[in-house]
Amino acid sequence: MSIAGYLSLTDADLSAMLEAIGVSSIDDLFEQIPEGVRFDRPLDVPEALPEAALVRHFEELAARNADTSRELSFLGMGIYDHYVPSIVDTFLSRGELLTAYTPYQPEMSQGVLQAIFEYQTAICELTGMDVSNASGYDGTTVAADACFIARHHTGRSKVVLAETLNPMVRQVVKTYAPGFGMEVTEVPHDGGTIDPARFAGEARDAAIAIFQQPNAFGCLEPAPELAAAANEGGALSVAHVDLASLGLLEAPGAYGCAMAIGEGQSIGNYQSYGGPHYGFLAAGNEFIRRMPGRIVGETTDLEGRRGFVLTLQTREQHIRREKATSNMTTNQTLLALAGLITLCWLGPEGLRELGETCTALAAYAKERVGLPLAFERPTFKEVAFRTPIPAREVVARARERGVHPGYPLGRDYPGLDDVLLVALTEKRTPADVDRLADVLSEVCS
Amino acid sequence: MPPNESYPEDLRYHPEHDWARIEGDEAVLGITWYAQDSLGELVLFDGPEVGAMLQKDESYAEVESVKAVSDVIAPLSGEVVAVNQKAVDEPETVNEDPYGEGWLVRIRVADAGESDSLLDAAAYRAHLAEL
Amino acid sequence: MSDANAGARPKPGLIFEKSKPGRRAGRVPSYGLPVPELPAELRRESPPRLPDVPENDIFRHFTQLPDRNFGIDTGFYPLGSCTMKHNPRVNERVVGLPGFRDLHPLQEDEGAQGALELMWELEQILAEVAGLPAVTLQPAAGSQGELTGLMLMRAVFADRGEPGRNVIITADTAHGTNPASVTMAGFELEKVATTDRGNLDLEDLRAKVDDRTAGLMLTNPSTLGLFDEGIEAVAEIFHSRGALLYYDGANLNAVVGRSRPGDMGFDIVHYNLHKTFSQPHGGGGPGGGPVAVRSEIEPFLPAPTLVREGDVFRLDHDRPKSIGRVRGFAGPFGVFVRSYAFMRAYGPALKDMSEAAVLNANYLLARLKDVYDLPYDRLCMHEFVLSARTLKREHGITALDVAKRLMDHRIHPPTIYFPLVVPEALMIEPTETETKERLDEFVDAMRSIAGEAVNDPDVLKSAPLTRPVRRLDEVKAAKHPIVRYPFEPEAEEARIEAG
Repeated sequence: MSIAGYLSLTDADLSAMLEAIGVSSIDDLFEQIPEGVRFDRPLDVPEALPEAALVRHFEELAARNADTSRELSFLGMGIYDHYVPSIVDTFLSRGELLTAYTPYQPEMSQGVLQAIFEYQTAICELTGMDVSNASGYDGTTVAADACFIARHHTGRSKVVLAETLNPMVRQVVKTYAPGFGMEVTEVPHDGGTIDPARFAGEARDAAIAIFQQPNAFGCLEPAPELAAAANEGGALSVAHVDLASLGLLEAPGAYGCAMAIGEGQSIGNYQSYGGPHYGFLAAGNEFIRRMPGRIVGETTDLEGRRGFVLTLQTREQHIRREKATSNMTTNQTLLALAGLITLCWLGPEGLRELGETCTALAAYAKERVGLPLAFERPTFKEVAFRTPIPAREVVARARERGVHPGYPLGRDYPGLDDVLLVALTEKRTPADVDRLADVLSEVCS
Repeated sequence: MPPNESYPEDLRYHPEHDWARIEGDEAVLGITWYAQDSLGELVLFDGPEVGAMLQKDESYAEVESVKAVSDVIAPLSGEVVAVNQKAVDEPETVNEDPYGEGWLVRIRVADAGESDSLLDAAAYRAHLAEL
Repeated sequence: MSDANAGARPKPGLIFEKSKPGRRAGRVPSYGLPVPELPAELRRESPPRLPDVPENDIFRHFTQLPDRNFGIDTGFYPLGSCTMKHNPRVNERVVGLPGFRDLHPLQEDEGAQGALELMWELEQILAEVAGLPAVTLQPAAGSQGELTGLMLMRAVFADRGEPGRNVIITADTAHGTNPASVTMAGFELEKVATTDRGNLDLEDLRAKVDDRTAGLMLTNPSTLGLFDEGIEAVAEIFHSRGALLYYDGANLNAVVGRSRPGDMGFDIVHYNLHKTFSQPHGGGGPGGGPVAVRSEIEPFLPAPTLVREGDVFRLDHDRPKSIGRVRGFAGPFGVFVRSYAFMRAYGPALKDMSEAAVLNANYLLARLKDVYDLPYDRLCMHEFVLSARTLKREHGITALDVAKRLMDHRIHPPTIYFPLVVPEALMIEPTETETKERLDEFVDAMRSIAGEAVNDPDVLKSAPLTRPVRRLDEVKAAKHPIVRYPFEPEAEEARIEAG
């Protein structure tokens, strides 16, 4: 056997080990595989590349992508080109964290456990909740997690979703719902936001009612009223929120939500063609025993020293098995750690400034872009413009000029083929917005 | 500090590691030394309400330690007349004194004949030896 | 001993405890534009209590975290079922290329051809390894792959007009995710026993498989590290009753290039990219759980699927029979980059990877089986299970004590108390990236601990002695959960007292 990949087996190693085992060849070790299912030819996969050639191959693939360093982009719709501070890359490359497993042996893992405890604290602070888990897969699956909690908590089976909740989030909930024994109802928007009376009507017999703030159109919902509408109906009120907005916008816990969920990518993660990122889920204390995923708790050791451990593990699959609160094992710890580090780096002042810069740029875009607004509603960092030609066509033409102007909402919303959703982050400048305005004016004439 | 392994002679035992002390037409139920030892220190006793009907051989409660959850199996059928609040508030009592202060529920026995199928201490010990 | 060490180590603190009002680290660009006022009823009343800490102190704070943590980079990590192999750093380098890192997932397909081609190549390799042609990369983790697989089964039977197939059979040695996934997918669970040889009990299976059976969930080799010698008969039992077989890919590291789940008879397979294909575990995640299926099941895969037309790649959203979407976008793309890079470092020698994994495990087994109890006396595959049962009976030393003492040898403990069928279980998986010397060190440590069980059990009971903390009180953490920094400690204590 030649030494391939990351192996270290020399001929001397091999003979010593075979002798210790008491067999004469590696084939003997695979005798337990019945003949009928043995694979007898070489794997038909591309050839091995040494590291320098490997990097070259990947550089060639990467060069064929129009990323935001090469194309001026105003794409949002749930994933945003926010700045990831240098400190994040430094710590995510520390091998003691990067290559560690889930901290089941706490004495080996105080670093990760403390980081998760701090992350849980930060999420609770931002969302106004009592308990957060150590992360979910992404902003879509945490909505399914919330539905699973609501099913058991209320005994009801109806899920109410605002139509202005991100389309992918709604799709994932609809995929999971049948297995939970739940059915999904959607509440259509009224001029870009949800009417609380309509929401209340559907929530009356629902287990859960989920809305998004800011919503998928970039509009600000009447969130306190939507929460109240759900609560009055006996449904669990859940806000799907953007961490980057919570320096300026009120915490869901402060206006009466039972749970807060969302996609954490906007704080601390690169766009990375959709992942990996981290979903967050936080709730009031009464839900602690129903929470899915890992939770870190504080305790002391034999000598009274403070330390951290995974706690309430009896909720989880490795103990409770078919009665677990979720099947989740692997989560998104490393990405959540990036989120924590970014929140510490920003601090409360920085998070407020982030919200202010984004909303200021959005206001500037409304002024400069010569297109009417699609919805007469207050907005945050995304603005929906009405286009005179289909928005998809606007995107195609603008890209020819080196600008990706935003997301054509018609892809997900029938009747909105002429609406373009433009996202403004602190990585865009007023000059970038001027350029967008010029390009849009060219392509829309 | 949990006591040494013991299986009192005056109790009747269920193979799923539960005991019953029969007192006239009532019975006190709990889990055995082996059960509490396997689970480790209990952190939660999630029991039935007074008035609930227990069915022999079926689960009527859950006990949890940090590393395990276990169904508690009813050795006899009957109506719950009392739940041990001390086991609820201080679950470690079950480890410390599984047959005394750590009792779980008291029931009014539905069918006196059911106790015939339970094991005596010697038979339960023999059952444990085979595990 | 620990007091001396405690003096040398700085007293750790939470980042929130280091906060001083007025301090800060990062600044966000501001362009002198007027800031619009948000509606009063939506505005935040009080700022979140994020830390006010300057950048230097943030670096110091987060630097002490890796110092108190143990990763594969630190030392031997033989966690059974987790495949803790070396995580190559070239993978980190390529995932950071701006063309991947800064690519928005809603970019037009023609602006993402490099990403889509990478995904295509990954799918092809995964298909070849499994022996099944159709792949989805969407699921975010193995557990989500399991759930996807079960949803696929449901869709297949609904399409066939057999909605009554509502039972999934799992092995009694199954990982907890299997039954948990069964519940989340809305199926009923049935368990099948394992024989003394570690294979599925075929008699038990024949009695349990009927027209209500949707399928089997099985990992092969099992969590005991043993290849099921009757797997062909197992497949026949299920297929002959019209049911399907699902392969839990957690143990795939044992058989790459030597046996393929599709050839074993499995219809649906999930992979754990963070196990077999070196995505770093990151302290708990991220991962990737792609699923491969037989061509008849392809129409039901999550949408979108990846399509190749000549040299052009695109995402196909027009999938009328799809079970729907299970995760955002095309999946955890960064994980794909790393796994594909790992695969390209081996090429067809991925087979050597599995061979070395199996060799290393058998070597450890041969050298430890006289020192600990061995529940299944046969050659293992990439992992094996020992038991501390005799140590417990004769000296009161448990698998937990063995695990804690290994820490003092700077070795991460193996998996303990799993699988459930083995009392005082120690599940050991060395992986292929350990040298013989490292394995010998592990054997020496395990033998030393077995000796201490006889001669000095107290030291085992008080282990670990050389970690940043001593044994932690997990009972207290469960009884009185403190799950975030309380900010006002007295108020928090009062809340806990009140229950």
